[in-house]
Amino acid sequence: MTLLRTKGLSRHFDGLKAVDGVDFALDPGEIRAIIGPNGAGKSTFVSLLSGRIKPSAGQVFFEDRDVTGMPAHKRVRMGIAYTFQITNIYGAMTVLENIAIAAQNRLRPHLFSRKPVSEVEIARAATKAAQEVGLGDLLYETAGTLAYGHQRLLEVAMGLALQPKLLILDEPTQGLSDSEIENFQEVVRRVAQSATVLLIEHNMDVVMALADRITVLDNGRVLAEGSPGEIVHNDAVQAAYLGAPA
Amino acid sequence: MTLHNGKLLALCVVTVIVLFGLQFVLPPYLTLALTRILILSVFAMGYNMLMGYTGLLSLGHAMFFAAGLYAAGLSTYYWGVTLPVAFVLGIVGAFAVSLVIGLLALRTQAVSFMIVTLMFAQAGYLMTLQFTNITGGDQGLTLPTDARSFGLFGMVVDMTSDTARFNLALLIFTVVLAVLFAITQGPLGRLFVAVRENEPRTQMLGFDTYAIKLTAFTVSGTISGTAGALYGLMFGYIGSSFAGFQNSIEALLYTLIGGPGTLLGPLLGTAVMTMLIDRLSGITTAYLIVIGVLLIVVNLWFPKGILGTIRDRWLGWLK
Repeated sequence: MTLLRTKGLSRHFDGLKAVDGVDFALDPGEIRAIIGPNGAGKSTFVSLLSGRIKPSAGQVFFEDRDVTGMPAHKRVRMGIAYTFQITNIYGAMTVLENIAIAAQNRLRPHLFSRKPVSEVEIARAATKAAQEVGLGDLLYETAGTLAYGHQRLLEVAMGLALQPKLLILDEPTQGLSDSEIENFQEVVRRVAQSATVLLIEHNMDVVMALADRITVLDNGRVLAEGSPGEIVHNDAVQAAYLGAPA
Repeated sequence: MTLHNGKLLALCVVTVIVLFGLQFVLPPYLTLALTRILILSVFAMGYNMLMGYTGLLSLGHAMFFAAGLYAAGLSTYYWGVTLPVAFVLGIVGAFAVSLVIGLLALRTQAVSFMIVTLMFAQAGYLMTLQFTNITGGDQGLTLPTDARSFGLFGMVVDMTSDTARFNLALLIFTVVLAVLFAITQGPLGRLFVAVRENEPRTQMLGFDTYAIKLTAFTVSGTISGTAGALYGLMFGYIGSSFAGFQNSIEALLYTLIGGPGTLLGPLLGTAVMTMLIDRLSGITTAYLIVIGVLLIVVNLWFPKGILGTIRDRWLGWLK
């Protein structure tokens, strides 16, 4: 069974075909990277998967269920977590509170549940997620004052606290230092033991180190798909990146 | 390790005890003023629920205050129901109005939300004038003598007695404070603040933010209506001025001065503002100028209000 599948997925902005008829399938447990030149439609594509924007045409299936018309928050409930390309956290709240909101969604999905999960349990789950990404010492820091690298890790911790089936990471290493990237790869590997990871990434070292398979997008279409070794030696991919004739 | 806010709970308990003690110290005139402050701060606390915690600025909360006021007042005036029943009817009326208005108004955002709430409130205000033969319009209605006292558990409570009024107002204030503490300092309150701080992110963490906002709106309107019902029954008068624009603005002012998004801010803001207006109007008839200058100063230098500023600088738990 595939975890996630798209059929003819398209999104047009007026004349621009940002995503143009993409058929895509993701197996449970893999780490998949999506790469492509700037403007290839990568971010638009994952936004369509997470439900942040609506497709112009095509369908999205998650665990063989058609989720095309489903609002974003319900997809999150089904297990699709999304971390933002531009850090998007609650700046005025503490690290713990940030993650607690995510943990609360999983532990206490209804606003007025009859048997509510206690605050202690929510705090415990949030603390655990913070420790998994190495933020265990910064629980009571105000999120907005954290260093950029730590804010990125906080994004991931919020994703983890949802315990998703699919974690979508949109350019997670952008703006991180080499040592932070090292640590980040460790985090992703650990996440991948319990979740499928879909990674948009520009840093090819990270892609090569982490990805089981790579999908290359160009001009809103799938240009190539395969193992890292296959992609490196693919003529069409080289042409798209280097501009040489295919 | 816990997320509960013990210090704030302690401060609330101390506040209620001090308020209770004040009636033995203050002259009757100030006890009456404090009674009014307590009721109006319940109004502001309801407003604060929406504006302070959830970040939705409504300009129409007089509509919910008036919904409580009229539902309670008219039912005792025309049907002669006892005061406790009228009070409950007032709360139910405010709940119904805020739920329905919330369903519609929350389809808009930011400035349109302010305008839509204002328009609904103005429509409500004009309705109270339109149906003057029922509501008494501008002149209002004075509740009959037999609606000025009630018996409860074999005790007769007289609504013309200052002591009875003060302690009843304090009781309702305390209950509302306790309810709001439970809501704002728990998981539900965390979601309200999450919507205020970053609504798109909250959606992407799997929450239906419309449902969260509707909950906040309904709780807010119901509490403001509770204040309205209490005010009408306690002082025996209902009139359309309570539904007017100025009443909406006052709730906003009290909240702004005291500190939006702080539990005790509305009480402090209401006390400061009503006492200030009271003193100033004794000195000059142009007291609104002074109030206006004060508001500009607060907005420029203390946009988080008194308690909000204290929270940000020194006491992080004051929320």
